[in-house]
Amino acid sequence: MDGANRYDQPTNGHFGEHGGRFVAETLMHALEELTALYDSLASDPAFQEELKEDLKQYVGRPTPLYHARGLTAELGGPQIYLKREDLNHTGAHKVNNTIGQALLARRMGKPRIIAETGAGQHGVATATVAARLGLECQVYMGAEDVRRQSLNVYRMKLLGAEVIPVHSGSKTLKDAMNEAMRDWVTNVDNTHYIIGTVAGPDPYPRLVRDFQSVIGKETRSQSLEQIGRLPDVLVACVGGGSNAIGLFHPFIDDTDVRLVGVEAAGEGLETGRHAAPLSAGRVGVLHGNRTYLMQNEDGQIIETHSISAGLDYPGVGPEHSFLKDIQRAEYDSVTDEEAMAAFRLLNRTEGIMPALESSHALAWVMKRAGDFDAGQTVVVNLSGRGDKDILTVAALDGIEI
Amino acid sequence: MSRLAACFEALSRQNRKALTTFITAGDPTVAATVPALLALAEAGADVIELGIPFSDPEAEGPAIQASSERGLANGTTLAMCLDMVREFRERDGTTPVVLMGYLNSVLAMGEETFAEAARAAGVDGLIMVNLPPEEAGVLRPALAERGIDLIFLVAPTTTTERIGRIVSQASGFIYYVSLKGITGADHLDVSGVATRVKEIRAATTLPVQVGFGIKDGGTARAVSEHADGVVVGSALVNTMAEHTDPDARLAALRARVTELRQALDA
Repeated sequence: MDGANRYDQPTNGHFGEHGGRFVAETLMHALEELTALYDSLASDPAFQEELKEDLKQYVGRPTPLYHARGLTAELGGPQIYLKREDLNHTGAHKVNNTIGQALLARRMGKPRIIAETGAGQHGVATATVAARLGLECQVYMGAEDVRRQSLNVYRMKLLGAEVIPVHSGSKTLKDAMNEAMRDWVTNVDNTHYIIGTVAGPDPYPRLVRDFQSVIGKETRSQSLEQIGRLPDVLVACVGGGSNAIGLFHPFIDDTDVRLVGVEAAGEGLETGRHAAPLSAGRVGVLHGNRTYLMQNEDGQIIETHSISAGLDYPGVGPEHSFLKDIQRAEYDSVTDEEAMAAFRLLNRTEGIMPALESSHALAWVMKRAGDFDAGQTVVVNLSGRGDKDILTVAALDGIEI
Repeated sequence: MSRLAACFEALSRQNRKALTTFITAGDPTVAATVPALLALAEAGADVIELGIPFSDPEAEGPAIQASSERGLANGTTLAMCLDMVREFRERDGTTPVVLMGYLNSVLAMGEETFAEAARAAGVDGLIMVNLPPEEAGVLRPALAERGIDLIFLVAPTTTTERIGRIVSQASGFIYYVSLKGITGADHLDVSGVATRVKEIRAATTLPVQVGFGIKDGGTARAVSEHADGVVVGSALVNTMAEHTDPDARLAALRARVTELRQALDA
């Protein structure tokens, strides 16, 4: 795949000290196979053409780069542009990856797809492409997330997928990922595991990144066309980090462009109830890769907290850990409360309802607007739409729907 | 000679198969572990595997997942696992002890610190479920310097070419995973095991032990005919959890191990 730049790591999926392939031996062959296939598709025009056509006709790309004049006027800082990933089919950036991986599964002749999901967006995006290609689909979801994302659970069922609630551990995204790995180990012959973020063992972090890079590539050309130059700052929320890396990656060599990833500070970093491993974690190994993790002194993964189920994950993609270490990207965090304020502000100023995940990126701009002048441009990745979060928001308002 | 090498050499001389038994540290109570380790050895286990509880045991079936959660709920840490081995070693100087778990536990302590503490406690080997040889660059030399074996797994999906790479880095023994799946699964295929073990033996002189899905005397016996030994985990973990009375628990554990031993020696 394209997207090579001077920060690409030459060795076996390692990004500096991060990344790698830390899995049970049973999966090593499947990962080697997937890597070989994926690398061969870089020079396969038929595959690239099919992907491009699907992104255009089925997903609805390119998504607009929208000049949010109302929000810009309200904040009185930089010119704010929104990359409208919320306008993709299924309502989030997740489908950019699942559409590509479903094509990979078909190439490998694997009739069954599994996935993990937190907020349910990746589960929906996976169930969607599985339905379209006639693949069997099972989605693992933490029992706690099944409860707080009931709308998406029902959407997946309507799409013909089976949602399997996971009751082990903290009953959230990380446990769903453990269970998906267990399934994959058992059914590796006929099953492809569509990981939804830029974490997991090699080749997933670079494979998912490459499929998501369409976000940054479009943003780059749209910026040149609409603004006449590259933006000054790119801002995206970071849970696992797929929408952020998708936006950042095509700009990594443009060192004048500031890259800002925003993690979930939950109730505040100082409370310990957050999901911000880059801001407050330590390097370790989980889910097949070495990266910054939320863990205790003994190396046990600790429970995370975020109002946004999609950011409620104790790890982060290894490429983000690397970009942090080499200081090419900076990582900050905003609280639940700040994200909620941004959610409400965008509804009111632009008539756009952002996902609570994307609201974290908006909240950073709200907080920092004063650091910029009107001649500067900030692009915020509006990674998903907020319809799925209405029940959560209503509950905060004391309203039962 | 290391305890593991001495153990396998003696077994081979007697023309016997190794019985390797697994329990999780701190499960169902912290106090239960050392007496259970001693009981395992007395009842006929040749090698003891002690599981390090981890919050995200992604290769384990329900039995060992639950045991790991109980161990953690009891506050079991890696340092405590090492203390348990030390206490066992004071009473049993010969039975090899292998720690088994997930890499993050060792990384959190630090590879060098862990290797030194493990040596001091009398640990003989380490199995890291999520550490293929490609990623073992730091840990393997740290252990090797101290005479501790890093034991690698070979799976039904491992290619012949990979087997060669794995055995070239392995020491102690080769752990052959008998099935595509998680620990405690119930789709063991004995003839498949026979073929694969033959292939591993063509590549190495290290002993080959087979684990995953071996739950009783019958399966242990059938598999052992094609290997140097068998590993039993989930079945024993279930026995540990079934009893609240410490004496009844040890009696049940001994009975289980005796059954396995007799089946292997028959």
